[in-house]
Amino acid sequence: MSVTDLAAEPMPAGLEPESIEGRSPWRLAWSRLVRDRVAIASLIVILLMVAAALAAPLFAALTGHSPTDQYRETGLTDQGIPVGPGAEFWLGTDSLGRDLFVRTVYGARISLLVGVVATLLATFAGVVIGLVAGYFGGIVDTILARAIDVVLSFPYLIFAMALVSVIGPSLVMTTLVIAFFSWASIARIVRGQTLAIKEKEYIEAARSLGASPMRIMFVDVLPNLVAPVIVLATLLVPTAIVFEATLSWLGLGVDVRIPSWGAMLAESQSFFRVAWWYLIFPAGALLLTTLAFNLLGDGVRDALDPRSERLFATRRKGKP
Amino acid sequence: MSLLEVTGLRVSFPTSDGIVQAVRGVSFTVDRGRTLGIVGESGSGKSVSTQTLMGLTAGADISGRALFDGADLLAMDDERLRRLRGAEISMIFQDPLSSLHPLYRVGWQIGELIRVHEPEVSKAAARKRSIELLGLVGIPQPDRRVDDYPHQFSGGMRQRVMIAMGVALRPRLIIADEPTTALDATVSAQILDLLVRLQREFETALIVITHDLGVIADVADDVFVMYAGRQVERAALRSTYYRSHHPYTVGLLGSVPNAAVPGRLRQIPGAPPSLIHPPPACPFHPRCRFVMPRCTTDEPPLDPVRDDADPEHRSACWLPGGLLGVGPEVDEARTRAAQESRE
Amino acid sequence: MSTDGDVLVRVEGVEKHFPVKKGVFFQHEVGRVRAVDGVDLEIRQGETLGIVGESGCGKSTLARCIAGLLPVTAGQVSFEDEPISGLSRSGMRPFRRQIQMIFQDPYGSLNPRRRVGSIIGDPFDIHRLAAGAERKRRVQELMELVGLRPEHYNRFPSEFSGGQRQRIGIARALALRPKLVVCDEPVSALDVSIQAQIVNLLADLQAELGITYVFIAHDLSVVRHVSTRVGVMYLGKIVEMAEGERLYTRPQHPYSAALLSAGSVADPDEAARRERIILTGDVPSPIAPPPACRFHPRCPKAQHICTTTEPPLEVKPGEPADHVTACHFPVRPGERLGQTGLGAEPPPPSTGEPTAESGGEGGTA
Ligand SMILES: Nc1ncnc2c1ncn2[C@@H]1O[C@H](COP(=O)(O)OP(=O)(O)OP(=O)(O)O)[C@@H](O)[C@H]1O
Ligand SMILES: Nc1ncnc2c1ncn2[C@@H]1O[C@H](COP(=O)(O)OP(=O)(O)OP(=O)(O)O)[C@@H](O)[C@H]1O
Ligand code: SF4
Ligand code: SF4
Ligand SMILES: [Mg+2]
Ligand SMILES: [Mg+2]
Repeated sequence: MSVTDLAAEPMPAGLEPESIEGRSPWRLAWSRLVRDRVAIASLIVILLMVAAALAAPLFAALTGHSPTDQYRETGLTDQGIPVGPGAEFWLGTDSLGRDLFVRTVYGARISLLVGVVATLLATFAGVVIGLVAGYFGGIVDTILARAIDVVLSFPYLIFAMALVSVIGPSLVMTTLVIAFFSWASIARIVRGQTLAIKEKEYIEAARSLGASPMRIMFVDVLPNLVAPVIVLATLLVPTAIVFEATLSWLGLGVDVRIPSWGAMLAESQSFFRVAWWYLIFPAGALLLTTLAFNLLGDGVRDALDPRSERLFATRRKGKP
Repeated sequence: MSLLEVTGLRVSFPTSDGIVQAVRGVSFTVDRGRTLGIVGESGSGKSVSTQTLMGLTAGADISGRALFDGADLLAMDDERLRRLRGAEISMIFQDPLSSLHPLYRVGWQIGELIRVHEPEVSKAAARKRSIELLGLVGIPQPDRRVDDYPHQFSGGMRQRVMIAMGVALRPRLIIADEPTTALDATVSAQILDLLVRLQREFETALIVITHDLGVIADVADDVFVMYAGRQVERAALRSTYYRSHHPYTVGLLGSVPNAAVPGRLRQIPGAPPSLIHPPPACPFHPRCRFVMPRCTTDEPPLDPVRDDADPEHRSACWLPGGLLGVGPEVDEARTRAAQESRE
Repeated sequence: MSTDGDVLVRVEGVEKHFPVKKGVFFQHEVGRVRAVDGVDLEIRQGETLGIVGESGCGKSTLARCIAGLLPVTAGQVSFEDEPISGLSRSGMRPFRRQIQMIFQDPYGSLNPRRRVGSIIGDPFDIHRLAAGAERKRRVQELMELVGLRPEHYNRFPSEFSGGQRQRIGIARALALRPKLVVCDEPVSALDVSIQAQIVNLLADLQAELGITYVFIAHDLSVVRHVSTRVGVMYLGKIVEMAEGERLYTRPQHPYSAALLSAGSVADPDEAARRERIILTGDVPSPIAPPPACRFHPRCPKAQHICTTTEPPLEVKPGEPADHVTACHFPVRPGERLGQTGLGAEPPPPSTGEPTAESGGEGGTA
């Protein structure tokens, strides 16, 4: 082979560094997540909580106690004070002699249901509104951005109280109210991200190929929002759970007959001096769940951090 | 004795993906009034090898020795290193905007630098020196611009301010890490001119880090070429360009368009190596056109090569010592040598 | 201007101004960035037209106007004698297949959340040219053409190095077999050794497919290497244009002479031999460019007329027909440009507001 041949030789394939073989951004994120012990512990707690909520009727059957029946004979002392944790009532009883354990696992159903459904609704609305505002800009953006500001600065608790007292408390109502006050925070961040992504060269590349705005929005912008939206949604769930608990605590939540953590906390107020378990178990369940979601959200954020996705250094010239 | 003597410097960073072996055994010396050019591709460890000397690589595992005027920089306590930094050794970075504080006036920042190291200097005197320095680096009307904020300066002027700060305390060593990469050709020419002029005037030792062989050709006296954290060739300037020995150096020189050689550029195939799993033995072997069997098994030492013009010329390559330079004939000889060793 | 060779693209009097707005609720225009301010040029079939100039002089903006990615403020770009400026998105669609762009940032120009196969296959989807197995086959063909391994079809951009990513961008640009490819600093972000790979690849593709290039780069030696003709831009205007070697060896405009002399050469002897023309001052703000000849505050040859009358872009006596220069006092062969002219006198009048705009920092006043 002559030297000129060598010089003209095309780049031989197979010389790229093997260390970056076959790792998609998602798989990279996942491998980072599983190495995060706190995030994994949180995920396990959440899964246990979900399992407990799903298995609530099973627990009711196991203990023989329904969540709403009052066991005045066995569940209250002679002075009418709740009994503590024991073989009959695993976590003790409440002031009406109801089984606290069964009520707490049933309460998990409400919390998780409202938390997750409200988050899904809020996320969907937030993504669509944020995406449209950010991508189209102009007058559309001005209107939507103002709407976001208004919702974010609303005294939402007062508004929620007013609304519920007019229409009456119900599961659907609570979920909608929470979703209504939560979409704006997502929309604001999605809008900001969309504005940033819109300036990327790959969007310009898509335009130079003749792609339509719809195609650019859904094929090019949306996939880049998935990571931040997952993080936001994970962090929104605990907020929604606390929101629901607050409403229930105020007596404005779901139907008073259905056990919910917020309502249980409200009921325990005047008893926890004599019956600590009455306060501790619902409060602990609430704290554990929200903490687990928050920690998981942080872990997911770290795992998805796009900065660590850069395997090669870039150099920019001429941009002082 | 040289002003700076670095021997066997190794730096690695433990990361979640594995240990990044950024610098793997680098030795060099810089003398008073001389300029050392460090060249190599992105990620080859150029910046890390000098940042380590200044104590700027937090979280890294460091070994080796770096004698500055007889004192080991790597063994020094933070306090002493901090006092050395700026006063005896100064650094000029690529991005002049992020190295200047946006909220303080330019003159104040230069004055503060002086006063931190020389507390006896009064504010008024420091200001006067700032104005002198700004004038020295060619900023017009320095007495007025001294009260400007960094954003009121253009990229080239900010880099001049960085150079003013770099020479403010008459350091004995200046490390310029890609000082002109962010600048336009015309401005970059001005800045290089200025650096060389100041260096001559103050007899400073200068290290210039760059990926641009043109910059090195303009300013350096000695050059070392880095690849995958290792020194692959070290020589005086003219030896590096006209009598290069290592195939990577030869490849780099061939990759630069040259008006005298039209036609295809002589590219280096392949991509830069991973520093977590650097190629074994000769780190360049996966991309080398002259790879021989022993290149993949034994690491070539940085040994002197046969070069009549430059006794200090060293290269880490198994090819015979006499094959020097860029050009089809030498390449043919290299190819022949490689073939012979295969047989 | 002469018209030897078929003209593929004609750019006539193109201006692109960006309004500078102030105010939160009621935005009002307080000025305009004259990024491109009256450019005439033609791009000939099969050539590589290089464009050089300092940061902020409007190279990218001009490139985007030519590629139809930015609406022009004034003037007209025609492709094969059909005007394309001001066309609607659907009107522009047929031309999208003919004109493609390669971008500077190998990281920013590929969507990090999409697989390489789908990125390169995008053009086939958008123009409904191929789908399914046919699309995959054509994508893999393209990958092979630009030196990527076709089996990496399902990888994400983050799994490739900078040079490989640039190859992906090139494959995408070539998918529709365009006649014109506008390359905006295609190698600036790459290492020297990788730059050479990409420059060679672009040259091979040109030879094989007969593509016409517009090639923008900071590196003057790269432009010299690839270009048939080269235009020099200063503050939104072309100040000189000529056949590449001629421009580099015998520049006529003082700015071209200074710019080309400032480029670095990877040759110590050559570097020591040549004389650099070191310009004073910085590029003035494109918001308020100097009147008449825009280069006069920095020009070593400036005279009074340069501050009052704008020099036209024309062929100077004794020069070949395709060498045009906009200067009253073109540089004569062998002339040395010292620090004379207006630049040497007490500082010239302020030439622009010192603003924080990129590349817009004010004069040396
Ligand atoms: N703090 C750090 N933690 C982990 N890795 C690091 C750290 N600093 C540098 N590295 C890695 O060390 C290697 C060498 O980096 P270095 O900055 O010295 O390269 P360089 O030769 O200066 O390249 P460039 O031309 O891009 O500036 C790179 O792979 C880089 O990613
Ligand atoms: N979208 C925009 N809005 C406002 N100003 C802009 C916009 N795009 C570019 N400009 C301005 O127009 C001028 C020309 O910019 P352009 O990007 O074309 O320069 P360039 O020659 O490509 O520079 P570089 O070499 O740095 O890429 C600059 O002053 C820039 O700040
Ligand atoms: S040692 Fe072998 S592989 Fe390494 S550069 Fe020399 S010839 Fe090439
Ligand atoms: S017209 Fe005058 S100021 Fe402009 S470049 Fe020519 S000589 Fe210089
Ligand atoms: Mg560096
Ligand atoms: Mg540009």
